[in-house]
Amino acid sequence: MIAILDYDAGNINSVEKAFKILGEDTVLTRDFSVIERADRAVLPGVGSFSDAMSHIKKYELDKSINDFIASGKPFLGICLGLQVLFDYSDEGIGTEGLHVLPGQILRIPGEGGLKVPHMGWNSLEIKNNGRLFAGVKDQSFVYFVHSYYLKAEDPAIVKATCQYGVDIHASVEKDNVFACQFHPEKSSSVGLTILKNFANI
Amino acid sequence: MLTKRIIPCLDVKDGRVVKGVNFIDLKDAGDPVQIAAAYDKAGADELVFLDITASSDHRNTVVEMASRVADQVFIPFTVGGGIRTVEDFKALLRAGADKISINSAAIDNPSLISAAADKFGSQCVVVAIDAKRRDDGGFNIYKHGGRLDCGIDAVEWAMKAEKLGAGEILLTSMDCDGTKSGFDIELTRAISSVCSIPVIASGGAGSKEDFLDVLTDGGADAALAASLFHYKELEIMDLKEYLNNNSIPVRL
Repeated sequence: MIAILDYDAGNINSVEKAFKILGEDTVLTRDFSVIERADRAVLPGVGSFSDAMSHIKKYELDKSINDFIASGKPFLGICLGLQVLFDYSDEGIGTEGLHVLPGQILRIPGEGGLKVPHMGWNSLEIKNNGRLFAGVKDQSFVYFVHSYYLKAEDPAIVKATCQYGVDIHASVEKDNVFACQFHPEKSSSVGLTILKNFANI
Repeated sequence: MLTKRIIPCLDVKDGRVVKGVNFIDLKDAGDPVQIAAAYDKAGADELVFLDITASSDHRNTVVEMASRVADQVFIPFTVGGGIRTVEDFKALLRAGADKISINSAAIDNPSLISAAADKFGSQCVVVAIDAKRRDDGGFNIYKHGGRLDCGIDAVEWAMKAEKLGAGEILLTSMDCDGTKSGFDIELTRAISSVCSIPVIASGGAGSKEDFLDVLTDGGADAALAASLFHYKELEIMDLKEYLNNNSIPVRL
């Protein structure tokens, strides 16, 4: 059973639908005991950093997330669900993240005519043998929509990057914690492969 | 590298795609789910569903359609047509649509743009603009499916929409729409050069060269077409190969 953590963020249903078509059992929940019993957990997200953090705290999901990760079971953050795992963000100054992983979320500079948000299909440079990317070819295209990007402190946890004026850390993996800045649930067959890999870890 | 997007547009009435789509392997040429899945396979980067149902009590049909598409198809899609309130946005986004396009409702009530952007994020707010050339060479915007001249300059409206929180402009040239004689490069350039949000060019696509022109000279970030793709006059992958050979980054 995959618990999809519900904190009123958008696109939650798309993530659930993607796992369903892969034949996985899912439950959309914010209930501590349901999350605790799940085999895997996914933190999706679209919206703003401070809004997301305040909802996560309001529903006491921060404790559920920390406990789930401490249990060693696979955990996946998507988009904003990646960003809140880190220390803090340029978006929502003064709002702290969950400090699960060290790093910061910075505003995409958008210099040289690059538009912000970074929206559309961009190619991944796959590195460091990430388990999410088994069977995914280097330079595969995935779908991004975001205005802020991750700069992880530890380069060893970065499993995919993409270029958009800056080097965007597009996916990370540390022990049982996985996260993607892009939307695998909107990235056609490549994205479904990534979600399948997560379901099989 | 971020790629330019190729987007087929489907007209939907009462939850069914109208102006049939000519895919030989489709069991039901009016089923939005089958058509969306076929376009995903064919290499489309996104889809736009434009609801042209006339009656006002049809919202549930559209929401249900969005939900059924999202069950089966895992590329981004936009729904437009008849959306007037923040509640309409919420229902469609929850059903699985990624973006919502508004046209007349944004003109009548520009605060809908900011209200939706505040609540759901700019990334899902697409402002659709139907523009037509004036005698002085500028462009005016039209509403109600292009029937009513609003007397508002298209460039000014696009800048205002961006300021209010739009995340993307879907720009249709009424002069070129249906002609297959090429996109309106001048109009597209006029909007894309003043907006820092992505611009989807629409109206007039007839050949591969038209796409190349609007993505280079027009400065568009994406290009949309309907019948050209539906009737297989142009295969999306052939078009993308051509663009790629002409140094336009595309997802292959």
